[in-house]
Amino acid sequence: MANVPAGLKYTREHEWAKVEGDRARIGITAFAQEQLGDVVFVELPKVGARVTAMKTFGVVESVKAVSDLFAPVSGEVVEANADLPKSPELVNTDPYGKGWMLVIRMSNPKEMDGLMSAADYEKLVADGGH
Amino acid sequence: MHAAKPAYDKLIFELSAPGRFAYSLPDSDVPDSDPAALLPKEHLRASAAELPEVSEVDVIRHYSRLSQMNYGVDTHFYPLGSCTMKYNPKINEDMARLAGFARLHPMAPEAASQGALQLMHELARDLAEISGMDEVSLQPAAGAQGELAGVLMIRAYHLARGERRHKVLIPDSAHGTNPASTALAGFSVVELKSEANGDVDLVDLERHLDEDVAAFMITQPNTLGLFESRIHQITEMCHAKGVQVYMDGANFNAILGITRPGDLGFDVCHFNLHKTFTTPHGGGGPGSGPVGIKAHLAPFLPTPVVVKGPDSNAGGYALDWNRPQSIGKLQAFWGNFGMLVRAYTYIRTMGPDGLRSVSENAVLNANYILKRLEGDYDRSAPGPCMHECVLSARRQKKLGVTAMDIAKRLLDLGFYAPSTYFPLIVEEALMIEPTETESKETLDQFCDAMIQIARETESSPQVIHDAPLTTPVRRLDQTLAARQPVLRWRPSP
Amino acid sequence: MRYISNTPAQQKEMLATIGASSIEDLLVRIPPKARLSRPLNLPRAMAETDLVRHLQRLAGLNAAADDYACFLGAGSYDHAIPSPINHLISRGEFFTAYTPYQPEASQGTLRSIFEYQTMMAELTGMDVANASIYDGASSLAEAALMAHAVTGRDSLVISRGVNPLYRQVVETYVEGPGLKLKSAPLGDGLTDVDALRKALSKHVAAVVIQYPNFFGCLEDVRGIADIAHEAGALLVVVADPINLGLLTPPGASGADIVVGEGQGLGVPMSFGGPNLGVFAAKQELVRRMPGRLVGATVDVDGQRGFVLTLQTREQHIRREKATSNICTNVALCALMATIYVSILGKRGLRKVGELATSKAHYAARELGKIPGVRLRFSAPFFKEFTLQLPKSPERVIKRLMKDRVLAGVPLKGFDRAYKDCLLVAVTEKRTKEEIDAYAAALATAVA
Repeated sequence: MANVPAGLKYTREHEWAKVEGDRARIGITAFAQEQLGDVVFVELPKVGARVTAMKTFGVVESVKAVSDLFAPVSGEVVEANADLPKSPELVNTDPYGKGWMLVIRMSNPKEMDGLMSAADYEKLVADGGH
Repeated sequence: MHAAKPAYDKLIFELSAPGRFAYSLPDSDVPDSDPAALLPKEHLRASAAELPEVSEVDVIRHYSRLSQMNYGVDTHFYPLGSCTMKYNPKINEDMARLAGFARLHPMAPEAASQGALQLMHELARDLAEISGMDEVSLQPAAGAQGELAGVLMIRAYHLARGERRHKVLIPDSAHGTNPASTALAGFSVVELKSEANGDVDLVDLERHLDEDVAAFMITQPNTLGLFESRIHQITEMCHAKGVQVYMDGANFNAILGITRPGDLGFDVCHFNLHKTFTTPHGGGGPGSGPVGIKAHLAPFLPTPVVVKGPDSNAGGYALDWNRPQSIGKLQAFWGNFGMLVRAYTYIRTMGPDGLRSVSENAVLNANYILKRLEGDYDRSAPGPCMHECVLSARRQKKLGVTAMDIAKRLLDLGFYAPSTYFPLIVEEALMIEPTETESKETLDQFCDAMIQIARETESSPQVIHDAPLTTPVRRLDQTLAARQPVLRWRPSP
Repeated sequence: MRYISNTPAQQKEMLATIGASSIEDLLVRIPPKARLSRPLNLPRAMAETDLVRHLQRLAGLNAAADDYACFLGAGSYDHAIPSPINHLISRGEFFTAYTPYQPEASQGTLRSIFEYQTMMAELTGMDVANASIYDGASSLAEAALMAHAVTGRDSLVISRGVNPLYRQVVETYVEGPGLKLKSAPLGDGLTDVDALRKALSKHVAAVVIQYPNFFGCLEDVRGIADIAHEAGALLVVVADPINLGLLTPPGASGADIVVGEGQGLGVPMSFGGPNLGVFAAKQELVRRMPGRLVGATVDVDGQRGFVLTLQTREQHIRREKATSNICTNVALCALMATIYVSILGKRGLRKVGELATSKAHYAARELGKIPGVRLRFSAPFFKEFTLQLPKSPERVIKRLMKDRVLAGVPLKGFDRAYKDCLLVAVTEKRTKEEIDAYAAALATAVA
């Protein structure tokens, strides 16, 4: 049974995005952290950096694998999760909560419409995630 | 149940006692020996480095005990696929230690280094003959450096023809150093799909071949242990578009005296002397990765090139630095000479018939294992293999036992594990390369162990999940090591 | 064939099991036109006694440091190798083991590398060292790439005091990524800091100096670190770790990355290889470091153990995004160095430096007394110095061979500006007698 919260939007690369006014909070999904295994490190951009939709903004590392992180939407980074350097395991234990990665001030909120709904993402995961 | 073997758990620093020492240095025999009088104060260390203070007995005992915690080829069957863990002849060690080799400085006058230069020249010539290439550079320090040198030479070749090509094609079955070396040389890597048995997908290759491709890099035999039989067609397809073809020589142990990259249309290949040519693995190195080329790439060889000729040192050997189109240098001096001596000694020990017999027996041994295990493990491809075989633990995974579990259980049964999870295109891959130096008795023992594990998977998998039980340490927490890296010893406060 | 165990009878048995009539059946995938139709054209197999004789003859043609007083340096040194090292590294469990990917069966190698990393960090004054790179030059090349990755800047300023062979290797490595190299010239044997300042800009990722430098002179590391950092660049220092038992470690003077050649720590000169590339850096740079890293952890019983860690930087996982393409470390050479440092220890390593520098200063004084011979630079030096000669260094070298002296490395090939100069290295192995004999022979040669 997939862990896919209803109120969020999703990318094909297994990131989630939550609208908070003119901002989007983003992270990776439960499926993604399960595939990776124990997360050991997350590389995030600094506050003030710009990210572009569907381009990489960082990297998440587990013991045996490393994955690029893709921005669901474009904009400016206004917050980066300061708990992740010390506690990368939060991505595993609470991927939609304490394991959040960035808050982006969206430059083009319409990009959200192009993301997958919870139902569509759930189907993607059921099909194997590709 | 843990078969408790009291593990030796000391680091050399933990054996220290202030005032203990193991060195023997003479007193100074020159006047003015106080560095404070000779050197300005700012260059003198304020406090001594925190290094051990131990006796010679401590040193011998500590490192001897550490060695007993390793599995090596001298003590264990080591079937790591693609690593060619064959026996390391001891005569090689004696020859590398001859004073005229080990105690020779690289900048000794060339006229006084003729023996070393001759050895290098002859070895290069031998490797050229073995590979069917025209010239060989012995400089690269390891296979990955050999790859870098090869790709840089290809780059230089295209530039010299007035062409700037940006891409290199590499199959998804390739060893990780292939794309890494290629990226380092400034190319973008285009990954091609392989067929299920590791063969090149000719349609995918054709689709990607164009004049922006500098090279196609493959391993032959491929990383599933199979000979790519359409190789002539492949090299012709590439050459038709001006694409250079590179052979990763990691699997050379399969083809000595049987076929040669130069005859198959390859333009460049590298050798792993620490695989095929018995130089010891040493716990991870040093290696040596000579690179062989066809004549059109000769202007780009790394400098210096060891030459023989009428102009050099009264008809003898010399280092030729006059190579204006060279790609430059990979390491400071001329190559891992100590490893070159070992490889040379091996080639002279074996001779042409011996080398051929190496590959024949390597192929025989791998096929024997494949036959004995194909009932219990999935094959990755039909037909005979070459010097290594790739099995899949797919069946075992369904019962909850992974390739990694199997590897750990093998350690308890007295074997080093095969390679696991490579190549990436085979699920739960177990890559087994016995090499020619193993006997049928050893192969049978290994196969018996693998079959035992397959039975245990069905009837009592817990003993596999708990493995290893008999090694000095049991399964280690890799996550902790990566989350909270502790990369050096520190004294307790 | 003594390395192949299977007898013809066993081969037959195995073929029968496989269901093949001969080994040819197993080679069926190789097309006939690919098959070599003749034996390899190599010399016939040699019996062991013949082979030994042949190699002894080849070895005998070389001027080994056992038969000559060796004053050669330039990146490879005749330091004494204590007797236990060869015995220990010749233990089969060490030298026939593989890379420690199965850590439970490789604790010997992993623990010795952990000790090695600790020792190199201590000597260089840095936070963390890796398990080694191929040699000092490739180590420097990796540092150049790392500086680019860390700062995002695409050029480096390399002092002319850095070993020119190292510079050539850096040039080869930066070709692909397209980084630019600029030089900072020397003034009287040391990096010209005014010229260095002028060469810096917001495009410079790192300043590279060598300590002591190629000509033997002791650079002002702290001063240059400040200049580099002001410009937002890293400082990379090339240093010989054996010297750092006595000299101020570059880490204490502000270096961000320290690389160098560890051959002096118990590794035979062996005509230039294999060598030992030291690589150490500050803690915050650890995830960008190339090469293997061994870390401490615990096993399921809570017992201490060691593993390769942070492997996701490496080629077998990251592939084309790896920090480097490196796939080996020179583990056996690192083990030699680890045992060497254990034997010399806290005080012994310092003493090696004291002996080397006092003998080097004695030699410089004695040689400098010869009419026409002088120290080329007035800067302080450690165990190596540059001598200016009134006659061609190449001719002098040739003459002194007859006196069984390897006089030094001629510098013409490196830089024509120094075509009358000889680089002379003096280690703790050189006796007063050897130095006096050298001086006497040199006096005759240049008279």
